[in-house]
Amino acid sequence: MTSKRLPSGGLIDRGTTVRFNFDGRSFTGHPGDTLASALLANGVRLVGRSFKYHRPRGIMTAGPEEPNALVELREGARREPNTKATEIELHDGLVSASQNRWPSLAFDLMSINGFAGPAISAGFYYKTFMWPKSFWEKLYEPLIRRAAGLGRAASQPDPDHYEAMHAHCDVLVVGSGAAGLAAARAAGEAGARVIICERDFVPGGGLLLSPADAAWRGDMVNALEAMPNVEILTRTNVFGYYDHNLLGAVERVSDHKAEPDQHEVRQRYRTFRAKQVVLATGASERLIAFPGNDRPGAMMAGAALTYLRRFGVVPGRNAVVFTNNDSAYETALALAEAGSGKVTLVDVRSQSALAAAMTARGIDVRLASEVAYFDGKTALVRRRGGAGGDKFVADLLCPSGGWNPNVQLASQSGAKPRWEATLASHVPGESVQAERSAGATKGIFGIGAAAYDGARAGREAAAAAGFAKAQDFALPERGPAEQPIAPFWEVKASGKSFVDLQHDVTAEDIRLAHREGFSHVEHAKRYTTHGMATDQGKLGSLVGSAILAEARGEPVEAVGVPTHRPYTMPVAFGALAGHASGAHFQPVRRTALNDWHLRNGAVMQPTGAWLRPFFYPKPGETGWEPIFREARAVRSSVGICDVSTLGKIDVQGPDAAAFLDRLYINTFSTLAVGKCRYGVMLREDGIVFDDGTTSRLAEDHFLVTTTTGNAAPVLEHMEFHAQTVWPELDVQFCSVTDQWAQVAVAGPKSRETLAAAVDGLDLSNEVFPFMGVGEGKIAGVPVRLFRISFSGELAYEIAVPSGHAETVWEAILAAGKPFGIVPYGLEAMSLMRVEKGHAAGPELNGQTTAADLGMGRMMKKSGDVIGRVLAGRPGLADPGRPRLVGIRPVDTNKRLRGGAHIVREPGSGTSMGWVSSVTQSIEHACWIGLAMVENGEALKNQRVFAVSPLHDESVEVTITSPHHVDPENLRVRA
Amino acid sequence: MPARPERMTDRYSAWRLLKESLSGNRGWKPAWRKPEPKASYDVIIVGGGGHGLATAHYLASVHGITNVAVVEKGPIGLGNGGRNTTIVRSNYGLPSNTRFYEHSLKLWEGLEQDLNYNVMMSQRGVLNLFHSDSQRDIAARRGNSMRIQGVDAELLDREAVRSVAPFIELDNPMFPIFGGLMQRRGGTARHDAVIWGFARAADRRGVDIIEHCEVTGIRREAGRVTGVETTRGFIGAKKVGVAVAGNTSRLATMAGLSLPVESHLLQAFVSEAIKPMIDGVVTFGAGHFYISQSDKGGLVFGGDLDGYNSYSQRGNLPVVEHLLGAAVSMIPALSRLRVLRQWAGIMDMTMDSSPFICKTPIDGLYFNGGWCYGGFKATPGSGWCFAHTIARNEPHAFNADLTIDRFRDGRMIDERGAGPNPWAQ
Repeated sequence: MTSKRLPSGGLIDRGTTVRFNFDGRSFTGHPGDTLASALLANGVRLVGRSFKYHRPRGIMTAGPEEPNALVELREGARREPNTKATEIELHDGLVSASQNRWPSLAFDLMSINGFAGPAISAGFYYKTFMWPKSFWEKLYEPLIRRAAGLGRAASQPDPDHYEAMHAHCDVLVVGSGAAGLAAARAAGEAGARVIICERDFVPGGGLLLSPADAAWRGDMVNALEAMPNVEILTRTNVFGYYDHNLLGAVERVSDHKAEPDQHEVRQRYRTFRAKQVVLATGASERLIAFPGNDRPGAMMAGAALTYLRRFGVVPGRNAVVFTNNDSAYETALALAEAGSGKVTLVDVRSQSALAAAMTARGIDVRLASEVAYFDGKTALVRRRGGAGGDKFVADLLCPSGGWNPNVQLASQSGAKPRWEATLASHVPGESVQAERSAGATKGIFGIGAAAYDGARAGREAAAAAGFAKAQDFALPERGPAEQPIAPFWEVKASGKSFVDLQHDVTAEDIRLAHREGFSHVEHAKRYTTHGMATDQGKLGSLVGSAILAEARGEPVEAVGVPTHRPYTMPVAFGALAGHASGAHFQPVRRTALNDWHLRNGAVMQPTGAWLRPFFYPKPGETGWEPIFREARAVRSSVGICDVSTLGKIDVQGPDAAAFLDRLYINTFSTLAVGKCRYGVMLREDGIVFDDGTTSRLAEDHFLVTTTTGNAAPVLEHMEFHAQTVWPELDVQFCSVTDQWAQVAVAGPKSRETLAAAVDGLDLSNEVFPFMGVGEGKIAGVPVRLFRISFSGELAYEIAVPSGHAETVWEAILAAGKPFGIVPYGLEAMSLMRVEKGHAAGPELNGQTTAADLGMGRMMKKSGDVIGRVLAGRPGLADPGRPRLVGIRPVDTNKRLRGGAHIVREPGSGTSMGWVSSVTQSIEHACWIGLAMVENGEALKNQRVFAVSPLHDESVEVTITSPHHVDPENLRVRA
Repeated sequence: MPARPERMTDRYSAWRLLKESLSGNRGWKPAWRKPEPKASYDVIIVGGGGHGLATAHYLASVHGITNVAVVEKGPIGLGNGGRNTTIVRSNYGLPSNTRFYEHSLKLWEGLEQDLNYNVMMSQRGVLNLFHSDSQRDIAARRGNSMRIQGVDAELLDREAVRSVAPFIELDNPMFPIFGGLMQRRGGTARHDAVIWGFARAADRRGVDIIEHCEVTGIRREAGRVTGVETTRGFIGAKKVGVAVAGNTSRLATMAGLSLPVESHLLQAFVSEAIKPMIDGVVTFGAGHFYISQSDKGGLVFGGDLDGYNSYSQRGNLPVVEHLLGAAVSMIPALSRLRVLRQWAGIMDMTMDSSPFICKTPIDGLYFNGGWCYGGFKATPGSGWCFAHTIARNEPHAFNADLTIDRFRDGRMIDERGAGPNPWAQ
């Protein structure tokens, strides 16, 4: 074992031991550990395998930029592939496994890919696998797919739950390091409502690595926790910055436990609508490209410091620290202080004022030098660009190529990153939204300086949000200025120097991309897959750009980095889906009679958002039997059906009639009070939009009904026209779909049934004829009655306030009992609808005109109507267009299928139309259908074929009128 | 005029790959040159996306017209060509669409050999799920139309869906799976490779691909196009073809034309890479959602438009929530996987959700646009038909119906019947 736990120090609870498992082996750690720190404390160096070459990899970082140490966390339905060991909070019983290796992590057969290196360089697959043609799908691609990917998804549904929470605040502070805490304190004391989001499970950021600042951190956190207007959210990563200062985040509520407590969610998706935002997300250390920079034992200098200071883990025995900036000196010192073996500091800079202090601590300092090779056991250190060099025994190699301010969120907000030469990195550009960056995010390093800048940002943000109370709190001392960084990206030496560790992209791959013309940073990224791994290039993106810049002969800033997009860290599907998934993907709508249907054995089916009874089977009935029984009852006596789902819109006002006249192709201003009329509405492009009956309840009061599916679109259509096209019309309307339940009572005995149930309305044909509208009472409940029919029989619809639906329904059932009344469902209704030849959803499919549906003559002669002008275009007025017809099989034993096409002869390659609706008919004792057929009128009584190649079926059919029953419409007027 | 022969020395072959791998990959040439614009060309294609580059390739390879420039305001292929969900299919029901997309699919099937570039066209199937009898009838109408026209389609029942896509939840209480319409010849291709393959093939026949050259005006004289004003100066042309997807209406304005096109955002997503889970492409019928898995292992998915007009290429959270809800509803095992990255493209939505490849009222000016959600699968077919239309100054039968005039004439090609409402398409 080369790494080990220190006896003291850090933010772990040594008094408590937790057990965990990695690749079947049992280990222990402590609360406060991450899986990564606990593995290191147990001396585990090999944690994963890379994507392409399957090279052995260890733990490279201590944060979300981790490219190597990805594991499958948990088991069974809770398995999470690709989870970064550096981001997993250790808990008792944690189970994890390495991934993308076979048969084992230590011996992975796929690592032979590494020997094929030159042949499988960047983009090689675009140049090969083409011969012979058929081998791509049969051989090459299946092999590639099997080899690719990382961990395995769970195969069962996720047992955990997620929820969403939305908040407004005056100032949102992202990050709780020195800058974030100071910003929150300043804004909070100024009086603003502040929310702080911290990705980590402990607030503090870089402060957690500075024992000298521990007291200040504690004071600040305590003070903030005591402020009623400040909320600190830990384990909450802000993943995206959207328009209008909306930020999205995920709070990991119970990921630090083996499983959530009862009724506890796993994660909480949060959005924040902030007046002002302070981005204090710190900075990420960047890689240096040199041969072997991916070997187990390679670990970023800042990460090594984190393991030492925060977790009390010495990550190696003999260490080489390789840097171009001052920050890594602290790592070297900490390693030396922790009692490591030999510590060597390699600085590419030729001078360093800090060198003497290092030497005094026994650290071997090599200036103007570089690491030319590392294999996990030894490192070769040489003069910059020189030959030869000295070999050091080293099991830990800590590169630091400088620090990249985390500009991702600022960049997403629209602030284009700006190159800052003194940092050799990008800083946030000019703000576009109400946000400002602070501290290391802005390129201001050092705890004192960052805190000072954070306080400024917090104060300014609060002031901008309208809060300016005086603030009074202490800030840490500002440290001395650092020596300038020497931009340094790559050691030119033979061997694989990686710029993207997870995807195995090397410096040479970047140069190859340039040679082949993929010189734009976005092209190079896509060609090499650099920066496309689960770490999204946090470690090496800029290094790749610098190598590309050198190849292009241009400065790094001319090359830039690829666009920053959500997500700053990958986000669980479940978290974003929340409760609005599965059975709750969309709200379920139930009618007021839903419980009655359930009590009476209805088979309920979803239709759009609604649950509706399809039929009410009796014991022993199968297949079509209940549907036939229900339909026969209606055709021969009486049935009752819940039609509450139809859209109902109440339209009132002096201009209500004029409004409807402009929306419908027929006229409503001439409709008498107490009557209803069937109407058809077009889209602006002249295609039929919706149909339904509209009743005139008073001179200035109409009740519009729509199809179930179009209830909301029709309301929107009305709103659009009332608000933007005809604002001069004095008309009001609102949806009353939920306020009124509606039932159809249909059949030759419907009048007698209702006569026994209704008080206060004479239902005789003379007083209450077809298309009449009236009011009465049923079981004491006031109801509206409409004499309309969908089934083709004598029928009524009764609208009743929803709360009384069941009372009225039961009263009608009782009244109909002598006639054998039955409830009928959607299937029987649909059967009778097709028999009657009413156009419905399958015919009103957004492709048909009124004329196509045989309703062309409904168009009024004059007056402006939505859709009239465009309906007159030659393509829509063409008489050859498909027309609504009926079809019946010549051989009455043959079944018809919806979606079949009409052709002259079987085998024809030309379709004349399609079958829109089919049913088994009770009147004709065979299948019948409705179809849209070109020149359909002219083809009546001719024989054609309804073919369904999908079913390998072809049925000879006769074209008929769409009205398979009662074409003269005598029954409805009876 | 005969087509200029390809520069055979640059051909990719197994031998060449081996040779290069033994010599440090130092001999590879740029996939396309970076030429300075000439004073004039026979044809200028505006837009270095898949459609523009494919047009140039077919102008050169089929019609022998090689004095061609493709001008692109940025680097090639970073518009919708590089930000789509890579789906290839021809499962359309209306003959005007079926004809065109099936021609395109046939070109896809031979594209690697035509381009000498592996675009990773992979026919692992496209499955459209349905959730009710009426949705089945609609799917059957489309599938039967395809079969009548000689295009492959199969109607799968629940059990067949289970066997090809075992990860799908079949029994959701609100949208149970009744079955699916499968086109086995559908699948995916590597979108960037398509761009690069067409660019390289066109370049090898002499086409100039001019990047970082933004068109700022379309010069006309006496009703005839004479060239384009660009940020790199005026470039003369006998003919100009515009293929700029989300920016179609902007370019049309430069030519004084107003097109029935609105630009909307469509978001797309990719998950972290996982071991093979989803073989083909699957679409959800209860919400607008589709998903496939790339060869690299990432789950690639998308769905609805953002619902407002925009050129921002960003997108917002309401659509994200809806899509992820659909994803987890359709495939519950996705819940614990993670979304890695999200982006958006600008869709040139027409008023019937079908595209146009056609002449314009200006002589020598041709437009290719209105691709809505579906431009990627059309790439080779679009280029082929646009090249034909430009070279012959008349459309091919494959694109004869795909005109702008159809809106004036009421001959819309409205596959789903959503009408002139882009957000409903």
